[in-house]
Amino acid sequence: MAERADRQVTHRSHVSYIDKSREYYEASGYDQPYRWAAFDEVPFTRLTKPLAECNVAVITTTYLHHHDSAHGAPATDKVVYHHPVADRPERMFTSDLSWDKQATHTDDPESFLPLGALIALVEDSKIGQLNHRFFGVPTEYSQRRTGLDAATIGEWCAEDQVDIALLVPL
Amino acid sequence: MCHQTVSLVSRHLEAAGIPTVVIGSARDIVEECGVARMLFVDFPLGNPCGKPGDRAMQQSIISLALDVVDTAIVPRTTVQAPVHWGSDNWRSAFMEVGDHNIEALRAAGAKRREAQLTS
Repeated sequence: MAERADRQVTHRSHVSYIDKSREYYEASGYDQPYRWAAFDEVPFTRLTKPLAECNVAVITTTYLHHHDSAHGAPATDKVVYHHPVADRPERMFTSDLSWDKQATHTDDPESFLPLGALIALVEDSKIGQLNHRFFGVPTEYSQRRTGLDAATIGEWCAEDQVDIALLVPL
Repeated sequence: MCHQTVSLVSRHLEAAGIPTVVIGSARDIVEECGVARMLFVDFPLGNPCGKPGDRAMQQSIISLALDVVDTAIVPRTTVQAPVHWGSDNWRSAFMEVGDHNIEALRAAGAKRREAQLTS
């Protein structure tokens, strides 16, 4: 006998943000839709050592909250950055990014910058260590500029001997 | 746009020999770009690592993301986290376009373009 489903749904399990943004900007009078990056080939590196020996780094698209500026905005143009995990931010600057400001909030950094969760996993010996710094990358429409930022983060990860990068977009 | 940015960074790191996982809520943007591994969290944009304040959920999502890194054997591996937001209203409300706001959107877009031209 088939088991009864534990939930029943009225919506499929994911929203298409490519469709949503195209329809939204089209309604706003923009006739050329944004052309999103799409690749057939996907680079892949297998993990070759146990998780319990791995150094894990976090990469975020959020920025440090500047308490001395209006609305906490960074004082200068956003550039790729790193910040010590020993100085865990109590909040991050997110208001310039596109996220669902009606449905939720970003007052809890652990909901998008999981430093505490990773520290707990180190204590549980699930991973070896949390990298001594996390990395931030600016959200760019220009895929070429993001490519330059990616190269910088790649150099920092190599310097730190990062084994796993955990990337968290807002 | 954040999802495309980290997907491009992920691709660069994988090519350089560093295993990655993207924890995100805009599944289509990440999958079209093409990444090695994704943990899909079907939440409104903003809290991909779990609901604000819910430490147990956050812990389980990050732990699962690491399991995805550990076990994936091919690129484009997407795993959906077994978590639910609780309501579905946000799905249609975000960037909604309808009769009630189409005029306002058109006017706001025209104003933005005008400001760009004069700046």
